[in-house]
Amino acid sequence: MKLTGSQILIESLKKEGVDTIFGLPGGVVLGIFDALYHEKDIKVILTRHEQGAMHMAEGYAKATGKPGVALVTSGPGATNTVTGLTNAYMDSCPLVVITGQVPSQMIGNDAFQEADIVGISRPCTKYNFLVKDVKDLAQIIKEAFYIATTGRPGPVLIDLPKDVTFAKTDYKYPDKVSIRSYNPTVQGNKWQIKQAALAIGKAKKPVLYVGGGVVLSNAHKEISDLAEMTQIPVTMTLMGLGAFSGTHPLSLGMLGMHGLACANWAVHDCDLLIAVGARFDDRVTGKVSEFAPNCEVIHIDIDPTSIRKNFKVDIPIVGDVRQVLKELNEVLRNSFIEKGDLIETRKPWFDQIEEWKREKPLQFHQDTQIIKPQFVIQKIYELTKGNAIVTTDVGQHQMWAAQYFKFNQSRTFLSSGGLGTMGYGFPAALGAQAAFPQQLVINISGDGSIQMNIQEMATAVIENLPVKIAILNNRYLGMVRQWQQLFYEQRYSSSYLDQSPDFVKLAEAYGAVGLRATKPEEVEGVILEALKVKKPVIMDFLVDPNENVYPMVPAGGANHAMVFEDPKPVSEDKPASMQSPDSILTA
Amino acid sequence: MQRIISIQVENKFGVLSRVAGLFSGRGFNIESLSVGMTTDPTMSQMTIVTDGDERIIEQIVKQLNKLIDVIKVVDLTENEFVEREMALIKVHARGDDRAEALRITDIFRARIIDSSPTTYTVEISGEVKKIEAMINLLRPLGIKEIVRTGRVAIAREEAKMLVQKEKKVAEG
Ligand SMILES: Cc1ncc(C[n+]2csc(CCOP(=O)(O)OP(=O)(O)O)c2C)c(N)n1
Ligand SMILES: [Mg+2]
Repeated sequence: MKLTGSQILIESLKKEGVDTIFGLPGGVVLGIFDALYHEKDIKVILTRHEQGAMHMAEGYAKATGKPGVALVTSGPGATNTVTGLTNAYMDSCPLVVITGQVPSQMIGNDAFQEADIVGISRPCTKYNFLVKDVKDLAQIIKEAFYIATTGRPGPVLIDLPKDVTFAKTDYKYPDKVSIRSYNPTVQGNKWQIKQAALAIGKAKKPVLYVGGGVVLSNAHKEISDLAEMTQIPVTMTLMGLGAFSGTHPLSLGMLGMHGLACANWAVHDCDLLIAVGARFDDRVTGKVSEFAPNCEVIHIDIDPTSIRKNFKVDIPIVGDVRQVLKELNEVLRNSFIEKGDLIETRKPWFDQIEEWKREKPLQFHQDTQIIKPQFVIQKIYELTKGNAIVTTDVGQHQMWAAQYFKFNQSRTFLSSGGLGTMGYGFPAALGAQAAFPQQLVINISGDGSIQMNIQEMATAVIENLPVKIAILNNRYLGMVRQWQQLFYEQRYSSSYLDQSPDFVKLAEAYGAVGLRATKPEEVEGVILEALKVKKPVIMDFLVDPNENVYPMVPAGGANHAMVFEDPKPVSEDKPASMQSPDSILTA
Repeated sequence: MQRIISIQVENKFGVLSRVAGLFSGRGFNIESLSVGMTTDPTMSQMTIVTDGDERIIEQIVKQLNKLIDVIKVVDLTENEFVEREMALIKVHARGDDRAEALRITDIFRARIIDSSPTTYTVEISGEVKKIEAMINLLRPLGIKEIVRTGRVAIAREEAKMLVQKEKKVAEG
């Protein structure tokens, strides 16, 4: 039987196990949306903005491990996906994005709502396709899912001209795919793995540096097996949080610019750094020439370009993190290593780490009058017992969430790491909630960020996605204000938000629930109330506008030289300020 | 250091743009780039001349390999190779200069492929040094226009075997 391009698309998506699509229609994709009208196996979540659809698809993908799917129209619909594509590309998130395109014969004519999205998205997708013939469609969809989900995952875009959605052809979904020019290395080199095992056996002060790749390859069990068997403390990047339990005694917490002192010091002092699924991002390393200066480095990653891009590596292992760790653990298990002996030999190292933890624990000054933002996160953690999927936007609140919420499970912390996209958190939370309707999903946001995709509150209410938003409302683009305070002599240029809309009323206007806390003693009540409600909720926490995120490594500075509190004013007329070691790096 | 990188790619639209975009997006330098068909109509061959320190070249090779449409990448400079470039040079040639132009063409074993009462168009191919030497000699006559193909290069046969072996070791 012959099917139309639209029908082929839908049948193929079903074959790929797609149960949810996030999107918004327009002229050239009406055929596809029409074919979806009676479709029972795929739920379409209509968003209010294509950027919302993209972050929802990403939230869905990050929470489930399955690829997320978005469907949008040509022109402005397509260009609205660019931030979402770039975000997914930088955070290695598998997405398949279908954009409508003007009819084939009109491409290149500056037709109404034509945009060269294949050209525009080339640098922000793992791959993209323009479908020229309906006969190629099934094969292209198969390849798109294959490319998006294998190797280092990433977004793939399929541009589908309107005539192709109506053209008919025989349909058969290919059951296998092989692309001669694309063969990601999965198995690690055995000899290198042996070298890694030897280095681990010899190390006196080793540290595991765990990144998002461990989450992506579902290697949480393997990483904790490795850490426990070899007694190696674990620090995580923002993207790695949850890959290893944050409450585990071996956990050092997050490292980097706003990482914990013990994590940064341990990495600085270690004699063996084992980087797993991480890429030595500048927010992690600080001044590279002073990062982990005296150690041997093992780097395990599926992407060969990540290895030696920013940092020297002694033992590179290219492969799927999970496969490599399995093999490494096997080699270690069969070697002479005894856990008891290791605990003994590493005792001085652990003593040192304990001392660092005591010396500079994560801390803030509690206040009786004004709500401290860190306190809100602590309370949310306490009252949910950590049983939630947490998403964040970008700014101070994001860093406090990463510091004060302890993530014990993989895929429970969703944040925009590489791109740092304000407006990511709420739609990402909706995507996660769509995947797990029974789960508690919380978006920790800022008064600035929440307004970047607040329109999706309509989606939340209508689709019954009861996400709980906690706004740490500091009346500022707080992270910008922090940098201006510290590096621009307190000239708060365009960072004061002044009056935001009344978030309680705003929630109510959308048909959601709005709650507010203005004093520390109200915080708990608001959270408990929000947890009870079966609807989307905005919790508006009026927090201290002057609170800063510490520890902090001033951009371009060395990680071991962290700052722990606001600098003291030099004199009355000379405000306190710091020299940014490298003013090229920005907030 | 200057490097010559040979790339086999899928013969599809957009591939050149992906390769060029990789260089521009990451701030890598392209000195010259040439693309042509191969014996297999589904593949094209690119030769890129670039430069950078060892770390940059390693990144370039890895990033090229990472592109989905790239089938094979070889840094020819790591081993023995032969290279050629072709240039078409339109040079002023009047009176006595006509004889001089012919002499120079002869010395370089180049060819006149077009002539007008006031100009010659010369075709030369060879290593870059040779082309440059000829251009320098023609310059006093007055060069009207030059087009160059950019370099193409190919591994010497014995060297080729070696590269493949080394690559296998490196990748495990
Ligand atoms: C789309 C986008 N624009 C600008 C920035 C730069 N930026 C980083 S943090 C920040 C402030 C965020 O303010 P808010 O959401 O209120 O969070 P806070 O830092 O106050 O917790 C800005 C503007 C960004 N990351 N993303
Ligand atoms: Mg704010």
